[in-house]
Amino acid sequence: MAGAVAAVLGLSLLLGSTGGSTGPPRDSLREELLLSPLPSGDLAATFQFRARWDSELHREGVSHYRLFPKALGQLISKFLVRELHLSLTQGFWRTRTWGQPYLQAPAGAELWVWFQDSVTDVDRAWKELSNILSGIFCASLNFIDSTNTVTPTASFKPLGLANVTDHHLLRYAVLPREVVCTENLTPWKKLLPCGSKAGLAVLLKAERLFHTSYHSQAVHIRPICRDASCLSVSWELRQTLTVVFDTFSIGQGKRDWSLFKMFSRTVTEACPLVSESKIYVDISSKTQENELLEVTPLPLSVHEASVQGDRRTYAVYDLLSPSLFNVSRSLNVQLKWKRPQDSLDLSTPVLHAQRYVSGYGLQTGEISTLIYNTHPYRAFPVILLETVPWYLRLYVHTLVITTKGKENKPSYIHYQPAQDRRRPHLLEMLIQLPANSVTKITIQFERALLKWTEYTPDPNHGFYVSPSVLSALVPSVIAMKAEDAEQSPLFTSLFPSSDGSSYFVRLYTEPLLVNLPTPDFSMPYNVICLTCTVVAVCYGSFYNLLTRTFHVEEPSRGGLAKRLANIIRKVRGVPPL
Amino acid sequence: MPYSSVALSSRHSTKGRVLWLRLGRAWEVDDLTGRGHCWKRHPSAERDASHVAWCMPHRQEGAWLSCVFGELPPALQWGGCRTIQDSLCLKPLSVELPSPVILDPGTRRGQSGVPLPGAEPAALGALRSQEGEVCAPCPSLESWLTVLPSPQGIGVYIGKHRSAVMRGTQGPGDVLAAISARVQQIVQAMSFTTDSITTALSDRVPMDQLGTDTRRPFKSSLGYEITFSLLNPDPKSHDVHWDIEAAVNSYVQPFLDKLGSVANFSVDSQILYYAVLGVSPRFDKASSSFILSALSLPHVINPVEARLGSSATSLYPVLNFLLYVPERVHSPLYIQDKDGAAVGTNAFHSPRWGGIMVYNIDHPAPDKAPLLLRVDVDMVRVMEVFLAQLRLLFGISQVPLPEEFLLESPGNNGLTDWELDRLLWTRTVENIATVSTTLTSLAQLLDKIGNIVIKDDVASEVYHAVASAQTAMLELASGHLGSAFQASKEAVTSSERAFFDPSLLHLLYFPDDQKFAIYIPLFLPMAVPILLSLVKILREAKQSKKEPMKTD
Repeated sequence: MAGAVAAVLGLSLLLGSTGGSTGPPRDSLREELLLSPLPSGDLAATFQFRARWDSELHREGVSHYRLFPKALGQLISKFLVRELHLSLTQGFWRTRTWGQPYLQAPAGAELWVWFQDSVTDVDRAWKELSNILSGIFCASLNFIDSTNTVTPTASFKPLGLANVTDHHLLRYAVLPREVVCTENLTPWKKLLPCGSKAGLAVLLKAERLFHTSYHSQAVHIRPICRDASCLSVSWELRQTLTVVFDTFSIGQGKRDWSLFKMFSRTVTEACPLVSESKIYVDISSKTQENELLEVTPLPLSVHEASVQGDRRTYAVYDLLSPSLFNVSRSLNVQLKWKRPQDSLDLSTPVLHAQRYVSGYGLQTGEISTLIYNTHPYRAFPVILLETVPWYLRLYVHTLVITTKGKENKPSYIHYQPAQDRRRPHLLEMLIQLPANSVTKITIQFERALLKWTEYTPDPNHGFYVSPSVLSALVPSVIAMKAEDAEQSPLFTSLFPSSDGSSYFVRLYTEPLLVNLPTPDFSMPYNVICLTCTVVAVCYGSFYNLLTRTFHVEEPSRGGLAKRLANIIRKVRGVPPL
Repeated sequence: MPYSSVALSSRHSTKGRVLWLRLGRAWEVDDLTGRGHCWKRHPSAERDASHVAWCMPHRQEGAWLSCVFGELPPALQWGGCRTIQDSLCLKPLSVELPSPVILDPGTRRGQSGVPLPGAEPAALGALRSQEGEVCAPCPSLESWLTVLPSPQGIGVYIGKHRSAVMRGTQGPGDVLAAISARVQQIVQAMSFTTDSITTALSDRVPMDQLGTDTRRPFKSSLGYEITFSLLNPDPKSHDVHWDIEAAVNSYVQPFLDKLGSVANFSVDSQILYYAVLGVSPRFDKASSSFILSALSLPHVINPVEARLGSSATSLYPVLNFLLYVPERVHSPLYIQDKDGAAVGTNAFHSPRWGGIMVYNIDHPAPDKAPLLLRVDVDMVRVMEVFLAQLRLLFGISQVPLPEEFLLESPGNNGLTDWELDRLLWTRTVENIATVSTTLTSLAQLLDKIGNIVIKDDVASEVYHAVASAQTAMLELASGHLGSAFQASKEAVTSSERAFFDPSLLHLLYFPDDQKFAIYIPLFLPMAVPILLSLVKILREAKQSKKEPMKTD
């Protein structure tokens, strides 16, 4: 029965989408979920909701929304945004143990926006835009100002249809302090046409999603070609959400997992509005290592793709296919390992990096970045973007880049010095990474003294320095065949790939936490109290001296003290007073 | 000679508010005032000086009678007996009917909303066959000709511009005295009354003194966002389509264009899926339908509002209009009023928020029904209701009129000229009141914090606000609604800008008691010896008073 329901549903949806709808602007929605076991044994679940709208948003008067959320559409048309990328992340993607991420985001909030060239005052538009986004996503994006905004020249290129590469239209900001929580997830879910009522979004249960090692939700808006001839523009909204579950802690030491175990829900239907709804399970290790794992229920089809320089096999569950819900009403994808894996296959990714602060004392310090190229025989260049707040004063002459003990001269350097309380340092470099090497980049800094109102409420916690960004075209180990980008799952169509031999990777390093010299904030009040007490004591005795009249007191019977003293004296055998 | 009709037309000219009375064919001007071409005080003006005051008949064909409300403008006073032909747009009557607007007497009370052109019944022929009377209230102002079917029992006909037609009384006598009562009624209906003042100032009057109607309209603002939302809580069984773009263009946009002088408008629409109402309806066995009672309506909006989303990009208030297509298991769904009767339009509105309409779908028999039912919303039916609600939310409500009054359909615009005048007037009064409140509270703030710094730009904004408010009052007094409204708008903008200037945040200034509190560690120990010695002095004084008594 359920199968029949799904069949008719799918059929009518198909008819609805092809049979010509009423309005000329057409829109469509696709939802995908990718479950991929990570080399460390954890499990990454990546949701992607793609809304596509065949409409010119910048044209005046287009204001009738269906699948595309109204709030974001209005934003784009008002501020003449060409591209908008916002991510809110809790935790850090451990590239070394988890492998290359599909779409990494820095811890905290990241926002980068390309504006149209018709925008005259980009800074004002940027400020207003971040304020409004802050309201839409309940995030502290309103703290984005000139002190943490930079305009990178090479690192961030438009991902969508664009012929403008004038980087003055680009703004980029990271707020590493931002804490992501349920309050950010709810508005994000509200942008989905089906909400969390149907489809894959049913799995988005906040209490499970934030019980994970890594949680990253993002919104990407970009213009794309409407068709192959690319004469008109469509707008694409991708809402992505990546979580990494610690399967060991969930599965009591076993690496087996199921949808219900992770999300405490199962999938029962596709969102009725979508044109495509699929669950992909990465079963690559199954083929490699001879039936190590087992997926239930049996996948209806298997999709092979080369993703990020690796050949991957995916088991595909099409939620719109009627046969899927034949057996049971709900779909609970399970994966079982046939025998416990002792030695985890930790193949280190080709490119990864780490960063730390060194030095002692509160005056100077050193930022060190290590970039690893583990490719056995290919060297490739990488663009490094460093944004350092103004209160860490960088000494550019101490910039040292060494590879294998030798100095490595960057082929391109763009440095914009900071201005106190105005803008941060921006350092962009194009560095050639030799094959199988570690490149170390160090730069020294001095800590500035802040005004007492500029300290955060918890100054002894330290100050965050946003992660540095690595963008590279990594040569792939295997030959990748050029595929239809629309068909391949998830993110491969978001980043441009130049040819079959290399793939684009953007990595973020850890955010840094730096201690600044912190004054004792209670000091002014202490001083006031102390001086006031001293003054008051002096005043009291002086006043007494001035006003008191001294005269000889006649002996009297005395009070309680005297009587007590006399009793003691009597005991001691001394004459009383 | 008896006359058959009186056409009444008023207009805000640069010379003040002028009222024309056009008398019927057989009218003898001399019967009325005896002399022509001279301003004469109207007899009814003795009672109420604010209404018809000065009238001048013309000895021309068509026999017009011009009347000026209130004070006679100076330009006319010194001119004495001059004719004001040019400003009166007197033209011979044209009998051609370029595009007649047919009046449907059934829709005149506006119960089911504003009749839309597309929805007009084809009673055109039937009405045309009636014995109609053609009249043109003021030919050069409006090129419209109005066909009045003259149904029985209709004594006064109020047009959609600033004109009205009265049926005259039969027989000779003091005609003006006879019609003056009606003229007053018409003026009450078409012009500004004390009721409209209370509505405009409803926020400043205690709640219990006014009915709920006065708090319905939105507050005056520079602009409004109008959002139409289609709520489809059951996308699995209903595939709902609405041609909102065309509907907005043909029904809402003319109305908003007409209102364009009042505020800026932007219109959006969205479709929300899985958006449910906050209450579950009650099943009524008798009609085998679901009932939403009037008592539960206040709880309907809250859960929906979370999904609606406020307008992200502007600060203007949002007017929400929701079209709710009930789930299959809950349909048909009807709204019941307090008496238990079903509401005809199946819609309700929430003051200062918007309106909700429930749109029921005819479901085919369960065995024949497809799983996914495609629904095309009848936008005419929907827009009729939404436009009526929109008018209510803007405070364009109808004055209760006697039975014999007939209102002309506002036509395509959904708004008559005199309603627009009244709206402008109300908004101007409200704006001026807002300005005075804002400036008063600013002055109170300054009184409270003595050392607050008023920057030059803030000061200039305040001066500008005061000047603009005064201009608005003057313009309003002389009847120039447009410029009065513009001035009041400027005054509001300036006063708000001054009031919300970041430098006037009172938290920036330490209150005096806090300054004192910081020095408590100083004052308290210093006060101790002083107080002690005071006590001592008192005690000694008491003792020295007692002691002489004892010794004596």
